[in-house]
Amino acid sequence: MSTPLLRLEQASLSLSGRLILDAVSLQVEAGRITTLIGPNGAGKTSLVKLALGLHRPTAGTVWRKPSLRIGYMPQKLQLDATLPLSVGDFLDLAGSVSPAQIAASLAETGVPELAKAPLHSLSGGELQRVLLARALLREPELLVLDEPVQGVDVLGQTELYRLIGELRNRHACGVLMISHDLHLVMAATDEVVCLDRHVCCHGHPDAVSQHPAYLELFGRSVADGLAVFTHHHDHVHDCAEPSHHHGHGHEHGHTHEQAREHHHD
Amino acid sequence: MTELFPAFLLPALLAGLALAAVAGPLGCFVVWRRMAYFGETLAHAALLGVALSLSFALAPLPAVLFVCLAVALILVVLQGRFLADDTLLGILAQGSLALGLVIIALAAPGSGDPTAWLFGEILAVTRVDLGGIAAVAALVLTALAALWRPLLAVTVHEELAAVEGRPVKALRLALVLMLALVIAVAMKVVGVLLITALLTIPAAVARRLSRTPKGMALAASAVGILAVAGGLAASLRLDSPSGPSIVVAALGLFLLSLLVPQRA
Repeated sequence: MSTPLLRLEQASLSLSGRLILDAVSLQVEAGRITTLIGPNGAGKTSLVKLALGLHRPTAGTVWRKPSLRIGYMPQKLQLDATLPLSVGDFLDLAGSVSPAQIAASLAETGVPELAKAPLHSLSGGELQRVLLARALLREPELLVLDEPVQGVDVLGQTELYRLIGELRNRHACGVLMISHDLHLVMAATDEVVCLDRHVCCHGHPDAVSQHPAYLELFGRSVADGLAVFTHHHDHVHDCAEPSHHHGHGHEHGHTHEQAREHHHD
Repeated sequence: MTELFPAFLLPALLAGLALAAVAGPLGCFVVWRRMAYFGETLAHAALLGVALSLSFALAPLPAVLFVCLAVALILVVLQGRFLADDTLLGILAQGSLALGLVIIALAAPGSGDPTAWLFGEILAVTRVDLGGIAAVAALVLTALAALWRPLLAVTVHEELAAVEGRPVKALRLALVLMLALVIAVAMKVVGVLLITALLTIPAAVARRLSRTPKGMALAASAVGILAVAGGLAASLRLDSPSGPSIVVAALGLFLLSLLVPQRA
């Protein structure tokens, strides 16, 4: 059995009186990739912030391995346009790191040529790789990635997930990541936690994708789409599916569509 | 130099230059963190500090610092409760300015025209004032240099910096303290209504000329120094008010900088 790095036990979180997370339990282990999926507003980012110690649980416990080194990749970087910052300078902010370490980290995420490039000039995919490089500079035991493939085209998404898998193998670190994506992430993960304020279901991706709670949350049509389209497909059109006609399924399908639209922004 | 600036102007000139040197880098953080209106609010509140110091015969610097910190605290407590941030800042800024003016008029009727507090009176800078300004400038510049990387890390992404072990709250407080200190001593030079200009305009000019944060901080100092020297020289020749002349000089440099293509 691998080493536990992070464990949430019945952890709840309320922010300004609103219940964001309800008695969530989950464990992240070294060398394993755990992926959080769930609709918008399911509390995925809040759960990540609990894990990072940026929020304290209102009930339950969050345990981290003592002096755990965490590499964090935030969802977005809103750098003010007035701040001139090169990729190298950005990575230098990680702590006491040498230029050689910075170069090595960029090489590892596949963008060695970007060290001198202004941060503002990067494409979506390049920025994600630079953020990943910064997380790696911490020599992390645990990588926490908040939507690592955001703003990346579909082909780039597959590559990024593959890179994350390689990094996990090379560094033997645990990975906790958020994904909006339902099909690409299946291949790149050991454990899926399906979240909608509470944990709806969790387990091996194959098992989760057939789990009633998962189907309830994302709509059966999506799961059928998954089975048919073994590799990514730009438009999994819920609307064409007959199961769409009963109201409940429609609602969930709609939520999912919004999630996709957001994702492709 | 003696031609351009007669000896009696020397304390004023040195005070202005010291202030410009520190306002440049500090102003960069104000611009990067979008704190311009926050700085403006602190500057307005500083007048309430002056009022308190006149009423209770306190030293002005601690009184101004106290009021600035109190306003910053009120802001943190009330932020996001029931008013938009800019509305809240506006209420605090104008409210404390008006309150300050009223208290000064009631408590110290002899103190006369408040124009000097509002727009500065650099020619009235004494050697003692100069000592205070130089000390604050040296202190804040040293602190900025020492905290440079952590401050920049927090500015780029607060949560990422927190995960990497930076003391985010302490750094934010340090920035507010530095801002309050600089505002307290800048009042005499440019006045509470124009201090923000000395923080933001040089930084905005420097952005167009710089490729790195450090380069931008140094350039902002240089731009501020130019504006102070130019503004004072013009004020002497034209007999124009010194504080506004300095800001007009900075504005001129800003307009000139628009001719330079923006650097990445």
